Amino acid sequence: MIDIGEILLNLWNKSGFSAIFANFAGGGWQNLVMLVIACVLLYLAIVKQFEPLLLVGIAFGCLLSNLPLGGLYHPELWSKFMAHEIGYGTVMLEGGLLDIFYIGVKTSLYPCLIFMGVGAMTDFGPLLSNPKSLLLGAAAQMGVFAAFFGAVCLGFTGPEAASIGIIGGADGPTAIFLTSKLAPHLLGGIAVAAYSYMALIPLIQPPIMNAMTSAKDRKIKMVQTRVVSKTEKIIFPIMVTIFVALLLPDTAALIGCLMLGNLFKETGVTDRLSDTVQNALMNIVTILLSTAVGATMVGSTFLTADTLKIVVLGVVAFGLSTAGGLVGGNIMCKLTKGKVNPLIGSAGVSAVPMAARVANTVGQKNNPSNFLLMHAMGPNVAGVIGSAIAAGFLLSVFG
Amino acid sequence: MTFLAAAPHLENISFANAGIVALLGYAVVFFGLILLMVVITIMGKIFSAKKAVPAAKTAAPAAAAPAAEIPASQMPKDLAPGTAGQLKLYDTPPKTAAMIMAIVADQMGKPLNELRFISIKEVK
Repeated sequence: MIDIGEILLNLWNKSGFSAIFANFAGGGWQNLVMLVIACVLLYLAIVKQFEPLLLVGIAFGCLLSNLPLGGLYHPELWSKFMAHEIGYGTVMLEGGLLDIFYIGVKTSLYPCLIFMGVGAMTDFGPLLSNPKSLLLGAAAQMGVFAAFFGAVCLGFTGPEAASIGIIGGADGPTAIFLTSKLAPHLLGGIAVAAYSYMALIPLIQPPIMNAMTSAKDRKIKMVQTRVVSKTEKIIFPIMVTIFVALLLPDTAALIGCLMLGNLFKETGVTDRLSDTVQNALMNIVTILLSTAVGATMVGSTFLTADTLKIVVLGVVAFGLSTAGGLVGGNIMCKLTKGKVNPLIGSAGVSAVPMAARVANTVGQKNNPSNFLLMHAMGPNVAGVIGSAIAAGFLLSVFG
Repeated sequence: MTFLAAAPHLENISFANAGIVALLGYAVVFFGLILLMVVITIMGKIFSAKKAVPAAKTAAPAAAAPAAEIPASQMPKDLAPGTAGQLKLYDTPPKTAAMIMAIVADQMGKPLNELRFISIKEVK
């Protein structure tokens, strides 16, 4: 006679509920807390629409990896990988679905492909017509290095501090690229902080913009810049790739993919590729990237004081980057005797095109006939290049 | 640059070294982007000069031709009273242009007849 009681007991013992409650003090509570955090992130993504295309995947990846006994993600396997005890082959053989997804993050495949999509969607025309925008893109990297210094002061190691600092670049793929190389154990916290703050740019930036610029300067109308020829737009990605990759070879992967995507867009003979990179490929990689990054948010590594420090340092980095760009904008405003609206400096933090839209919105609140969007796009795309250079520098120092 | 040479040992970086790395990193970003700015500016000037040369070539014969040779039938028609001139559309259908003008007027809070649109071009 079958012992139904034993079958049910076995079923209970093999269930995730049992794993959580039988080992509640030893780690089960962490699983529960992480499941609650995953649900909060899903709420923010779906109801509040905080970067939903990424946050839904991140939150669901977090949910999946914190379901005990699911075997989808194995942090211990990646610890061995980091210690050079095993290779990708072992991960493929012994890992779960999310471990296999994560290989794309670890090899930098996903961030680079996302950058290719970003390049294919970016018009560098405003930057080419006003090259001085690059100075604002550089000034707005201040938060990266200030947060790096702050992180060292709070007790993080050099590579960890570099990964936290890059949140100030307001560039998700760059943050993931650098963190996966320097401090993979912080990837979950840094990715969530970076993407959450990017979604909060319309709330974070305007108070800083109003505090650091005068009402008179915010009303400045900027003159239309010159028309950029098609040939210039085609030469630009090739020139930037050669130039930046020679200057900082560690940025070659990111800048190369960004510019390849842009070249697909501008050549006029690769429209099909441009379309694929902008849409199908971008969407597929976003699914894999977001789920894999979310999977790294395992309770034992995420529920620490370090995550709270990352959240605080992240917002400081964003704020200081905005402030740096505005300082640059104010200086340019004075040097040009009021021809440059300092608000466009705030768009120097990457976050394309959100930061440029915020500059335009704040400008229009002060002067409804002011259209700063195209002027702000120059510093905005310069910020993408600037944050990639900053990441390349940090990688060359700490990598 | 001894700290750069000792990169693998920067795990436990001191405050002083962190400050130096931060300042140097910021300087490198500026240096890279300033160089890029110089290159783009030079490229822009070359292209602007190239554009100016054919424009000057076509403008010269046009200026030399006597104005009286233009037949009266080909002279532009008189503009309607009260008009602010013609609107040039580049790759923009008239319906889209009308919508854009209405949106701009609405955003600015000004009547459409008090605004002058010179040209509308689709940015590709």
